Amino acid sequence: MGQTFISSILFATVVAGTPLIIVALGELVTEKSGVLNLGAEGIMSVGAVAAFAVAHHTGSPALGVLAGMAAGMFMSLLFGISALTLMANQVASGLALSIFGVGLSAFIGKPYESVALASVDPIRIPLLHRIPVLGPALFEQQGLVYFSWALIAAVAWFLYRSRAGLVLRAVGESPVSAHSIGYGVVRIRYQAVLFGGAMAGIGGAFLSLFYTPMWVEGMVAGRGWIALSLVVFATWRPMRVLIGAYLFGGCMITQMFVQGSGAKIHIPSQFLSSLPYVATIVVLVLISRNRSTIRLNSPASLGQPFLPDA
Amino acid sequence: MSYLSPLLAVGLMFLSGMILFLLLGKSPMEGFKVFFMNPVKDAYGVAELFLKATPLMLCAVGLSVGFKANVWNIGAEGQLLIGALVGGGLALHFEGSNSPFLLPSMILAGAMGGMAWAAIPAFLRTRFNANEILTSLMLVYVAELMVSWVVHGPWKDPDGFNFPQTKLFSAKATLPILLEGTRVNAALIFALGALVVGWVFMHRSFLGYQMKVAGQAEFAGRYAGFSAKRSVWIGMLAGGAMAGVAGISEVAGPIGQITEHISPGYGFAAMIVAFVGRLNPIGIFFSSLLMALLYMGGEQAQQYLNLPSSISKVFQGMLLFFLLGSDVFIHFRPRLVRRRK
Repeated sequence: MGQTFISSILFATVVAGTPLIIVALGELVTEKSGVLNLGAEGIMSVGAVAAFAVAHHTGSPALGVLAGMAAGMFMSLLFGISALTLMANQVASGLALSIFGVGLSAFIGKPYESVALASVDPIRIPLLHRIPVLGPALFEQQGLVYFSWALIAAVAWFLYRSRAGLVLRAVGESPVSAHSIGYGVVRIRYQAVLFGGAMAGIGGAFLSLFYTPMWVEGMVAGRGWIALSLVVFATWRPMRVLIGAYLFGGCMITQMFVQGSGAKIHIPSQFLSSLPYVATIVVLVLISRNRSTIRLNSPASLGQPFLPDA
Repeated sequence: MSYLSPLLAVGLMFLSGMILFLLLGKSPMEGFKVFFMNPVKDAYGVAELFLKATPLMLCAVGLSVGFKANVWNIGAEGQLLIGALVGGGLALHFEGSNSPFLLPSMILAGAMGGMAWAAIPAFLRTRFNANEILTSLMLVYVAELMVSWVVHGPWKDPDGFNFPQTKLFSAKATLPILLEGTRVNAALIFALGALVVGWVFMHRSFLGYQMKVAGQAEFAGRYAGFSAKRSVWIGMLAGGAMAGVAGISEVAGPIGQITEHISPGYGFAAMIVAFVGRLNPIGIFFSSLLMALLYMGGEQAQQYLNLPSSISKVFQGMLLFFLLGSDVFIHFRPRLVRRRK
């Protein structure tokens, strides 16, 4: 258990937590506007494959990230049309998006399955990255890792310190009131859904460009759903998303290190691999056990369609 | 009207499918023919259609009970796998048994396995208020890993050249074939029976009525004293039991052993089947055939059009989207009005 070992675990934890942070924050903003988009898994999948394809053809990871974002927005637009314009059930629309997205990504991604992508050099923050143990984890990372931290601050500021954020929360708490004082509920919800889609697309791009620089069918492996659970875990507060995401990241990484270490323990690898999923369930139970926490913190109109002029 | 919107959705799916073929540089007519008509061009194809529709029918009818009451069990895929494991485990344990009770016990064990797996989210929901959507979905991944474990580990066929699969089940532990020369087996009878039972339960029983009320008007249901917890339990267990039967029917039917590839996403596709079938057993019968056709079309497209078979999932997702979109005509009467300035 040397210093480098701890350092590399921390490093990997931050990497594993990053897509969760980005996706969960996008979903958090969406849910704050009163819309439950269960399609994160599908959006991430399409974002991942779009990012990979573009990065492969252009050689530019930055363009890849943009492509992932655009693909994510396109996917969430489909959800918006179904759930907001046509007022279909949000749960069913989200499920449709997940099924469609996972299938579509497998379809588009087939030609890219055996393609490798050059790994991208991290961005080193001068001096700081030399801090022992913590340095590499915090200051020698991909750009999107820094982006995820900035995003937390930005989302927290937006929701609780800006006027637009206040309006968005009002729409989520009571769309009828917001509508009656002249805010376009559907328009604001569209914006929130598109933001959520963009973030889920970027989260997917992170997976296929930096986390494992390749595309494999099913590589998102439930991270979209874990991100949805994280929003509940965080009781809809941005800062807590960070804690939750790194807890999950740590959980994923620890089991991978145990599997890879060849240590003399007789636990089948499948049991270790199931840990993040089991942990998600445990965490959901712990948080949801207290009904009032959920009721007080979740947006009051979450999941309910809004019918203007009804 | 409520039956028109699925038809509209299917029409839109056909249309966008042909556009998709066009975009992929294939002839739309040719694509349509290969995808939707080739699979059922002969009697054997039709039989295969029913074979593939069977697990979908089973899962969908179980899920529809929960969906009616707004109980969102989206983990049927996992319940299917656990049903296959528990029932299949019985077959492996009593290998060589000639007892006529073996097969019925396997089916029963499959149902119990699926129910047990569905009971976890039901318990967590009723006792701890945990969202059943997320917990049931997480359990799918756990179930997949459990299947992977048993076929790589304890149950691996020692004479199987190290392939991740169990021994083949004996003839006594395999479902009888209904029609000579096809693969259609007794599971189809279970599925049709489940449709009938499902219909009676939802339309002719007080409990089914309570579930419908709970789904359509939560507060009315609560005011009338209908137990919301009971709805959750019934909804989850019905879905789990049927998915479990579907799982054991697959491993004791066309597959004949436990492998890592028991289901090509039947548990997820069944949600679409349930919605497209209007959560109604008669509708589910037809929509499961349609969904089976999409699976078979994907295989044909892979073989003859050189497209990945995952194209069938694209079609499945499109179908659900179109259905949800078409429903606007049921819930509302949209009119084009000029926006007031």
